[in-house]
Amino acid sequence: MKAFTTHTGVAGPMDRANVDTDMIIPKQFLKSIKRSGFGKNCFDELRYLDQGLPDQSCEGRPLNKDFPLNFERYKGASILLTRENFGCGSSREHAPWALEDYGFRAIIAPSYADIFYNNSFKNGLLPVILDEKIVDQLFEEMYAVEGYELTVDLEKCQVITPTGEVFAFELDEFRRHCLLNGLDDIGLTLEDADAIHAYEKKLKEQSPWLFNAIR
Amino acid sequence: MTAKTLYDKLWDAHLVKQRDDGSALIYIDRHIVHEVTSPQAFEGLRLANRKPWRVDSVLATPDHNVPTTVTERASGVDGIADPVSKIQVQTLDDNCDSFGITEFKINDNRQGIVHVVGPESGACLPGMTVVCGDSHTATNGALGALAHGIGTSEVEHVLATQCLVAKKMNNMLVKVDGKLGKGVTPKDVVLAIIAKIGTAGGNGCAIEFGGQVFRDMSMEGRMTVCNMAIEAGARAGMVAVDDTTIEYVKNRDFAPKGDDWDAAVDVWRDLVSDEGAHFDKVVEIDGAQILPQVSWGTSPEMVVSVLDAVPNPEEESDPVKKTGMERALEYMGLSAGQKITDIHVDRVFIGSCTNSRIEDMRAAAAVVKGRQKANSVKEAIVVPGSGLVKAQAEAEGLDEIFTAAGIQWREPGCSMCLAMNADKLGEGEHCASTSNRNFEGRQGYGGRTHLVSPEMAAAAAIAGHFVDVREF
Repeated sequence: MKAFTTHTGVAGPMDRANVDTDMIIPKQFLKSIKRSGFGKNCFDELRYLDQGLPDQSCEGRPLNKDFPLNFERYKGASILLTRENFGCGSSREHAPWALEDYGFRAIIAPSYADIFYNNSFKNGLLPVILDEKIVDQLFEEMYAVEGYELTVDLEKCQVITPTGEVFAFELDEFRRHCLLNGLDDIGLTLEDADAIHAYEKKLKEQSPWLFNAIR
Repeated sequence: MTAKTLYDKLWDAHLVKQRDDGSALIYIDRHIVHEVTSPQAFEGLRLANRKPWRVDSVLATPDHNVPTTVTERASGVDGIADPVSKIQVQTLDDNCDSFGITEFKINDNRQGIVHVVGPESGACLPGMTVVCGDSHTATNGALGALAHGIGTSEVEHVLATQCLVAKKMNNMLVKVDGKLGKGVTPKDVVLAIIAKIGTAGGNGCAIEFGGQVFRDMSMEGRMTVCNMAIEAGARAGMVAVDDTTIEYVKNRDFAPKGDDWDAAVDVWRDLVSDEGAHFDKVVEIDGAQILPQVSWGTSPEMVVSVLDAVPNPEEESDPVKKTGMERALEYMGLSAGQKITDIHVDRVFIGSCTNSRIEDMRAAAAVVKGRQKANSVKEAIVVPGSGLVKAQAEAEGLDEIFTAAGIQWREPGCSMCLAMNADKLGEGEHCASTSNRNFEGRQGYGGRTHLVSPEMAAAAAIAGHFVDVREF
């Protein structure tokens, strides 16, 4: 997994609450059996004026000029600023894959849907939670200043604005540790293989029906 | 001993290891797999040269991409017209074959929507931990199981280790007491709950649905409710075990038999929240007040009763919510104050992991019987949740009731719930749908979804617009 320590980049807006994973990556692109290449279809229905198809080149598709992430000033944005309950709906990991492939390294929002939040960490994408009032302030500053850049520092758990204002954020130590070091959590879990075997043995004695073969 | 909630009990029973950093390893009893969220996980296993920890814990079936017309289904995988969908279903078959995983393939009569197949086959049982790369896995919580959706990285993790790295969620109780009125269904109950607590109301929580309404509810009804826990933000929803649960599980294909059955029932009887157990959050709703529900917007919390009108954003004080409502009205092509019963429907979809079980088929057929689909409705389709549901419905003659009314009877799959196959809405079309999400574009590019019960969808198909099914 890709590690995340600190990142500085242009912030871009997705200024609505309850952005669902169908919006982040529409279902027709979920037919892919790969885990890369979803960036060009990230926010497809908002970003383009036509309907996107799988395996289609997006060069020359008509862009929606009213969609903020298409504005010149947000080109190359790598930090997504958004509202509450981001990533609700389907469990598709294609959503963080698409955001990451688009070029986002971090998201800042007051809250996230649980499954999306969890999935992001597995893909080197840091979902930062800040208080709603702070998010409001960041939106205002971003709209006011072209090329508005934020720094997200995972070591110190801080978001730093261009004027040097610092906002602390919190997250689970386990997630922070894995992301900072880009750890493969399957490898980590397998270090506990003995504990899993022991649990399984006990379970098999107590509830043998759980091990009935399904054929 | 401290009083425990049902969720506490399920969590404690599956705890393999509590780590110092606050995370825990949770053992997974049943892993259900479908074609959309698994290919990258199998690929990951191969790349790391890993094998599934316990293949006999995994059950797979294709559902999202499968076509639902008889002609396309006739030749199995080869009959899938969309080449990209075909590759995905073929990939699931290949992965299951090469890793030795049991799969109900496309034309196996046990194939169907994962969340219908799991409980129906007895593969998912009370007291189990159940995961699947699909957010509607919470459906299985109706059995008194801890069931939730996971991402593809976690699918790979569970395949490789039989465990999930998790953090304990908060306990939330949604209590609905009283008696439901005539024509009010489990779908109306869960939509009313989401309307009340919002799509983020259950974030960070496992919801237990308690109270008289759920005690009186059938297992299939409980599944409809738990299915949509995720639409209230909760990864997991569950209902305590009672006689209804035990009766439902008895004699299912993979359910324990003989002495094992007796021993299992003894264990399952304890799968209830103890008297006085602590819930971090409690929401109470009077079941008698719930009316048939219809969603008007683009989020499952944008729901009103069939007697209401489309709400006015001007009356919303929260500016973010207000803009959300305005955007939803524009997308849906509706105006504030418009009566719900004045909304005309272009298509009707009865199916999905929320409402495609035999009771749903029966309920819809009872409304349709002896009537005709309105001419203004371009297409109405009924998609049973599995091959077994389909066979049962046909044995009862339900298919004939639908086809006589001009409503199509299809082959099992996810179908128009998320439109990954050919069943989809056209731009601007309104759909009375028994599915679970009314997000923009969910059922087709530019499509407009209204979430309702099977009875309400069936009535809309006949009337051509929403009607109060209680007076229909």
